[in-house]
Amino acid sequence: MPNPADSNPDPSMETRTPDDAIRCDACPVLCYIKPGRTGSCDRYANHDGQLVRLDPHVLLDQAVSRGDSLVPFLEREGEWDGNLVTKPTPFVTAIGAGTTYPDYKPAPFIISSEVAGIDVVTVVTEGIFSYCGVKVKIDTDRHLGSETATVRAEGEAVGHVTTSEYGSQMLSLGGVRHLTGGSRHEGTVTCQTLLDLCNGKPAELTIDGGASVIVQANQPPVVDRVREERMRVGCGSATIGMFAKQWFGKVDDVVVVDDHITGVLSQHQAGKLLGVAETGIRIKGRRSTPGRYFQVAEPGTAWGGTNIDDPRSILKPFDPKTAWPGLRLLMVSTTGEHSAYFELDDQLELAEKDLPPALKDSVARIRENCEPALSTVLFMGGAGGSLRAGVTENPVRLTLSVKDALTRVTCGGAPAYVWPGGGITFMVDVSRMPANAFGYVPTPAIVAPIEFTLKLADYAALGGHMDHVRPLSSVTGAKDDRERRVAHPDNPWPLGPAHSRTVAIKKKEAPRG
Amino acid sequence: MRQPPQIGFLPDHKRLHMSDGPIDLIIEAFGDPGQIRAAYRAAAERFVTVLDELCSELPLLRQPMSPRSTLPAGVVGRRMAQAVVPYAQRCFITPMAAVAGSVAEEILNTMTCAAGLSRAYVNNGGDIAFHLTPGEHLVAGMMERPDRPSLFGTATLHHDQPARGIATSGWRGRSFSLGIADAVTVVATTASLADAAATVIANAVDLPYHPRIFREPARNLAPDSDLGDIPVTRDVPQLLASEINSALGAGTKIAEELLATKLIGSAALYLQGHIRIIPTPIPRHSRRSPLHAHYSDSRSLLHA
Repeated sequence: MPNPADSNPDPSMETRTPDDAIRCDACPVLCYIKPGRTGSCDRYANHDGQLVRLDPHVLLDQAVSRGDSLVPFLEREGEWDGNLVTKPTPFVTAIGAGTTYPDYKPAPFIISSEVAGIDVVTVVTEGIFSYCGVKVKIDTDRHLGSETATVRAEGEAVGHVTTSEYGSQMLSLGGVRHLTGGSRHEGTVTCQTLLDLCNGKPAELTIDGGASVIVQANQPPVVDRVREERMRVGCGSATIGMFAKQWFGKVDDVVVVDDHITGVLSQHQAGKLLGVAETGIRIKGRRSTPGRYFQVAEPGTAWGGTNIDDPRSILKPFDPKTAWPGLRLLMVSTTGEHSAYFELDDQLELAEKDLPPALKDSVARIRENCEPALSTVLFMGGAGGSLRAGVTENPVRLTLSVKDALTRVTCGGAPAYVWPGGGITFMVDVSRMPANAFGYVPTPAIVAPIEFTLKLADYAALGGHMDHVRPLSSVTGAKDDRERRVAHPDNPWPLGPAHSRTVAIKKKEAPRG
Repeated sequence: MRQPPQIGFLPDHKRLHMSDGPIDLIIEAFGDPGQIRAAYRAAAERFVTVLDELCSELPLLRQPMSPRSTLPAGVVGRRMAQAVVPYAQRCFITPMAAVAGSVAEEILNTMTCAAGLSRAYVNNGGDIAFHLTPGEHLVAGMMERPDRPSLFGTATLHHDQPARGIATSGWRGRSFSLGIADAVTVVATTASLADAAATVIANAVDLPYHPRIFREPARNLAPDSDLGDIPVTRDVPQLLASEINSALGAGTKIAEELLATKLIGSAALYLQGHIRIIPTPIPRHSRRSPLHAHYSDSRSLLHA
């Protein structure tokens, strides 16, 4: 949460109506607090008409094992001994650090801590991001909506559907156009949606001409009120390739129904290699290569991400010259969620039968190989000129230093991927950040923590506010508005060796296919 | 909903932290462990009613002080009023100008009455009441700006000096200031007197007609501020050396008057890196921090 006391220095912006002030009843002083101001205690504030207690400033302690939970700063400080060998250096996050927008003032906390003999500086601030949003990856084969379709929350446009990725659909939500470019209500709803998603809360989204989906970071998506359990094991063609050997001899043909590529065992390269005989099966849709079909149906939320409930509807009559009565056919979806078994009768019509046990096992195997379906949320924002000025007197040098990997960027201690090119545009997995790390200002814009960590000497070289550097001990000392939490165990320690981060970035840049 | 006062030890298990609404105290007592415990218990018992006492007569405490003003009923409120009375004819002032120092003093008195301590201090957000027995001294670090916590000097206060209070005021602090001083630190016989004097001197460090000093009526920021429509300082631009001299000069003039009337023992005025010490330090200690030198040598001046 930013310290709203600094957010409105322009007197012309002050609303003069006395009604805007709220009465704080947290203590008998009963302060009238104006919007954007704190009471006489500096602990309670009028935040957009709401009385809020300003968040405690979060300090992260290096996690030594999974499962460590929040350690209250005062009460259990003496009891908790998370150290195994040496006392780890706490990392000061920007959460609750406050912001100095428009940032001509130095960042609220510039901390110096010694790590492995090198004096390291962490510049801690909370940025106000108008240029920001979230990228949501929803693991599902169900059709959520066409590319570029508008995504809505509470009826307001908050984003759009972007590309499909392997087994997933991507949404791009937020961005400056929805936050401040549309109506006031559109901005408010967009801001709230981003805030909910970033803070790990669910958001209900509807897609124009598509599905409704409940998205929550690191939770299975709920598509049209059905909770998605599994990602598809692969496309229909890939599934044929993976399971052809297991089906061979137990069934005459297999169709893996998939909205993207439907696979047919007897025609597929994998079937040919095994010597699977032709069955005279004929599929609706557009043939790509042998045994691989596009557009067998319309996209939907039923079988394999299509709109069909009866898999027989994608089949044309069998070729009577090749097919034979008694032919055994398995139809299955790419997640194993849907399956059906048929045998051809004397008229070469499909008659549904119970799945033989051997085929039941193979369907279960498909299911087992599907990873749990999740929604994942990456926050993306750009650190503007003013935020950078809070870090250094020469803002562009910070950008260059980040590019040169001399400066590490983290958000609430979670590693951030800095997009190549100009500026500091970064992405971070919100589920690796401490709880409730995000706030907002009524602009509307999102307030996100951001920390820049670099060597003290490098900091001096890039024109840092050296006179504001203070030792870590001055922050980790007693103060009841700071909260000590254990770092996310999957995050590299922000004060660790710089090269480990470089490797992590290279890995991210490499993926193909 | 009324949040109860919070009382607990800081992680060093030595200092006691007590907070209630805007009051935030850090306390440390020195001496026999049994006596320290007794002092802390007494402090905690006294503390839990202080804010309610003050708030029960808050409207009166927010009224400008005049020699004919009704005296508050509460012991802390009364101490606040007494601390600001000397300034009532000189300038606008309300008892609230001395609230922090007066609360610190009340808790310190409670502790020293309840137990025999060699040394103790009660720090109320920088306004400090302290207790010293023969041979003891207290070293207080001094900060120019609350947003840049670095020490610019230390003040060593000895038992045989009369000073038992130290307070700092400035426009960057939590309370509003009418002046532009980054900080004015004052040493006086009690914390409440130091608090009131620091407020008055910090208000006087000013350039009243400077166009780029941004001021705003206190009421705009806090509708129930005791300062009402009086403009308070919100931002100070980088000033010329001549302007800094002029502003510090105005503050120094008041500080010297207060020194002459023995309302203060000494004062240090900071503005944009420039420092004035009153009374002027004696040069033979110039190798040490000027503040240190000053406070060690000005014993005779601290007799109020």
